[in-house]
Amino acid sequence: MTQTRDYDNIPGTYVYDSERGRIGYALNMFCMSLNKADNRKAFKSDEAVYLDRFKLTAEQRRTVLERDWLGMLKVGGNIYYTIKIAFCDGLTFQDVAGMMSGVSKETYAKMMLAGGRSPDGNRYKPAAAAAEKE
Amino acid sequence: MARIVAGIACSHVPAIGVAMDKGQTGTAYWRPLFDGYQPAREWLANLAPDVAIIVYNDHASAFSLEIIPTFLLGVAERFPIADEGFGPRPVPEVEGHPKLAWQLAESLILDEFDMTIANEMPVDHGLTVPLSVTCGRPAAWPFKVIPLCVNVVQYPPPTGARCFKLGKAIAKAVRAFPENLRVVVYGTGGMSHQLQGERAGLINRQFDTAFLDKLTRDPLSLTKISHTEYMREAGSEGVEMVMWHVMRGALDDDAAEVYRHYHVPASNTAAGLMILENRSAA
Repeated sequence: MTQTRDYDNIPGTYVYDSERGRIGYALNMFCMSLNKADNRKAFKSDEAVYLDRFKLTAEQRRTVLERDWLGMLKVGGNIYYTIKIAFCDGLTFQDVAGMMSGVSKETYAKMMLAGGRSPDGNRYKPAAAAAEKE
Repeated sequence: MARIVAGIACSHVPAIGVAMDKGQTGTAYWRPLFDGYQPAREWLANLAPDVAIIVYNDHASAFSLEIIPTFLLGVAERFPIADEGFGPRPVPEVEGHPKLAWQLAESLILDEFDMTIANEMPVDHGLTVPLSVTCGRPAAWPFKVIPLCVNVVQYPPPTGARCFKLGKAIAKAVRAFPENLRVVVYGTGGMSHQLQGERAGLINRQFDTAFLDKLTRDPLSLTKISHTEYMREAGSEGVEMVMWHVMRGALDDDAAEVYRHYHVPASNTAAGLMILENRSAA
């Protein structure tokens, strides 16, 4: 990050700010192309070839081909864009949310039915939480 | 003259639209949510407004990262339904109100809100889900719609305070319109939710309840909530609630709450609905 942000200490959160906007543009514009049915078909028929149309970094390509949803966010993916790959795969927002948070679909669905993830203990990263107490 | 008669705050979760489109609203999962929408539908049918100004955000549908307008007004005659990656929703096209929309554009810009103007754009679930929630599944939407997009996808969105002031400027512009129109304003998005990262699924009922409680009587205190506070307390996508402030600002200071509904979960989200009426319109 080029500068410290007061939201950097929120755990498990990738704010789509100027830094991510700068590194993620090509990746997200690839995702945007999937709004067109013809492009969805071309992508599904040969993903690697389709990705050649976009100037992705090697790591961005890997995250897409391996469906590393969390990895995509770390290399500048924006969730409203990367979710379009998931739609192509027939997945829902909730499926992907479960995968990003590292639990099974069933466990995630159960957590949501029970009222969702509590903010308690999830407001600050551990180190930041400790610093906050001092 | 035209006048704003009511405001509707409404979450715009895509899965709510999918549930309606697939006829799943009676399932054990969805029924508690949709039961709470019924009184709002009856209220709105009875109110029968002429035009709705719907404040929402586009989700990589009409606009990509290519151009990112902070505030945008749709002035078209018609707005087609966007393909968001799984085909367009099977809902009617949205009819605009170009005369009032252009009046808004001129008035807002001269009032120092530098609006982007769109003559052509498709509309996505951010706009159509609140219509579906409050109107059901009609063959045609029962009123004209003016889309007003707010960027909340690329950080930073406009502040809550700025959005509230935009609402005030909208009210002024509507009052200056010579035709006798009854207008409602929708503020959409929220409530607490996080769709991304390891922290996905965050819901904060306490935050949401306090927000709903203050929206009517103490909206100015809510306009002071920073983006970081929204993200920390209400999830990274909870910041969408800045759009509710546009609606609240457009209503009279002494507007009255007439209905609310809150339900967890709608997919990953806490779904909220609140209706405010201007006393002057009663």
